[in-house]
Amino acid sequence: MAAIAAEIAVPLLILAAWQAWTVHANDPLFPRLSTILVQFKEMWLFSQFHLHVVPSLIRIGAGFTLAVIIGLIIGIPLGLSRWGRLLAMPHIEWWRAMPPPALLPISILLLHSIGDRQKISFIAFFCLFPILLNTIDGVRGIDPTLIETTRSYGVGGFERIRRVVLPAALPQIFAGMRTSLSLAVIMMVLTEYFSSTSGVGYVLLISKNTFQLAPMWAAIVLIGVLGYLLNVLLILVERRVLAWHRGWRAAAAQ
Amino acid sequence: MAPRLAGGGGAVSTVGRRLLEIRHVSKTYGSGDSATHAIADVSFAVDDREFVCVVGPSGCGKTTLLKCVGGLLAPTNGDILLRGTRVTSPPEEMALVFQEYGRSLMPWSTVRNNVLLPLRHKKLTRQKRNALVEEALEAVGLTPFIDRYPWQLSGGMQQRVAIARALAYQPAILLMDEPFASVDAQTRGDLEDLILRVREEFAITILFVTHDIDESVYLSDRVIVLTHGPTEVKASIDVDLPFPRDQIATKELPDFAHLRGHVYRLIKREQVESGEELAATLKTATKGDRP
Repeated sequence: MAAIAAEIAVPLLILAAWQAWTVHANDPLFPRLSTILVQFKEMWLFSQFHLHVVPSLIRIGAGFTLAVIIGLIIGIPLGLSRWGRLLAMPHIEWWRAMPPPALLPISILLLHSIGDRQKISFIAFFCLFPILLNTIDGVRGIDPTLIETTRSYGVGGFERIRRVVLPAALPQIFAGMRTSLSLAVIMMVLTEYFSSTSGVGYVLLISKNTFQLAPMWAAIVLIGVLGYLLNVLLILVERRVLAWHRGWRAAAAQ
Repeated sequence: MAPRLAGGGGAVSTVGRRLLEIRHVSKTYGSGDSATHAIADVSFAVDDREFVCVVGPSGCGKTTLLKCVGGLLAPTNGDILLRGTRVTSPPEEMALVFQEYGRSLMPWSTVRNNVLLPLRHKKLTRQKRNALVEEALEAVGLTPFIDRYPWQLSGGMQQRVAIARALAYQPAILLMDEPFASVDAQTRGDLEDLILRVREEFAITILFVTHDIDESVYLSDRVIVLTHGPTEVKASIDVDLPFPRDQIATKELPDFAHLRGHVYRLIKREQVESGEELAATLKTATKGDRP
């Protein structure tokens, strides 16, 4: 009870300090918190929700899901094959080291698109790497005794992937997914800065360009809230899917 | 010696039929100067429904040998024959139980699904599969824990899950690699009796690797004593103790003490003969054996 109170109390104190400071400073760059919150309510609850928030969420969701699927499809075979890793790792490391903004202009040219196709692909591409690398590592880290057990029982092919390899790697895959999800939010904002007509990032940039600072701040607050809520959602899914993992670790710690 | 069978009289007709044959098997890791000769030349056979224990000093390549027999490792030379057919990959008629029960069970699956895993790719009806799983878990006394996770069970119970999984697979021969080395003495005794009972119930052949001399004599029809690495067979000793065996009564028999002493002396001599350069290994070997 005290822990929950403390968790809530600190953000509330920060908000109060923010409000007090903005009233005191009276700086047009920093509108009062109360003004921002009123603006937030007017824009996002819910008059412009479907115009800008829904497209942003669709882009994050589709890009992230795509990254998970591709990460598993590529990562599991690479985790199982030493030769595959030898051949693929330099390429993965090269693309992973690439700063996303460096590829943004060419992504528009290559995909002949400034719409959702380009944005979703861009998000998926950069979300891919944490998931891919963690999948490879997770699959490589499977206990050799367990692998020998499945071999000796002739469990192979899809059954082995589904019942043994994937579950064994799943805790680490989830770690990668959490990194990727926060990247997805970053990539969403970034893609919406360029050649976009919708999305929270677009609203943020347009508001700034037209000196509408309260809407700009309202967009910033929304992006923070979205990132936070998406992470909470993923943690809830993880807790459900990896319930065994927590029990197992607790038992091993005894 | 014809293996002693506590099973039904009908079993006698199959006694003496050769199930497994290990012919001049050797295993070398690496090549050239850095080569390690784990197994020099091992030959012995196991009859249908026989219980054979393989003992030897620690680090003598027992596990390597068992993995070769199980088709998990290819021997450098020699053949493993199961009913006359060469073993090149893990055969469906064999099931392997490892020492590290905690690592051979899947922590994300319930006891039921762990036992079910090797049955999923067998051509069986769903009812037959479930029946096999339930029967095997019943045999090891884990029916009430069928929907638990392995990590919710004690070490001894986890090893019983691994045994149930092997039994449900319906192998002709069970390969066990020091299966009771990681549990406490009391549990070990219980598991030894469990495996003797299950052996009768399922009419199964067992090749059991251990470094525990008492255990090897107590369980088996025959003890194969291995030399220090590179491994060869030092002796094959028939164990003529009556069945059913009992942790107290059997171990009080003069024959038990005699056999145990015989095996012990063979291994002890082996350790002395293996020379002073192996003093370090010898130390760990003595520590591992029960005095």
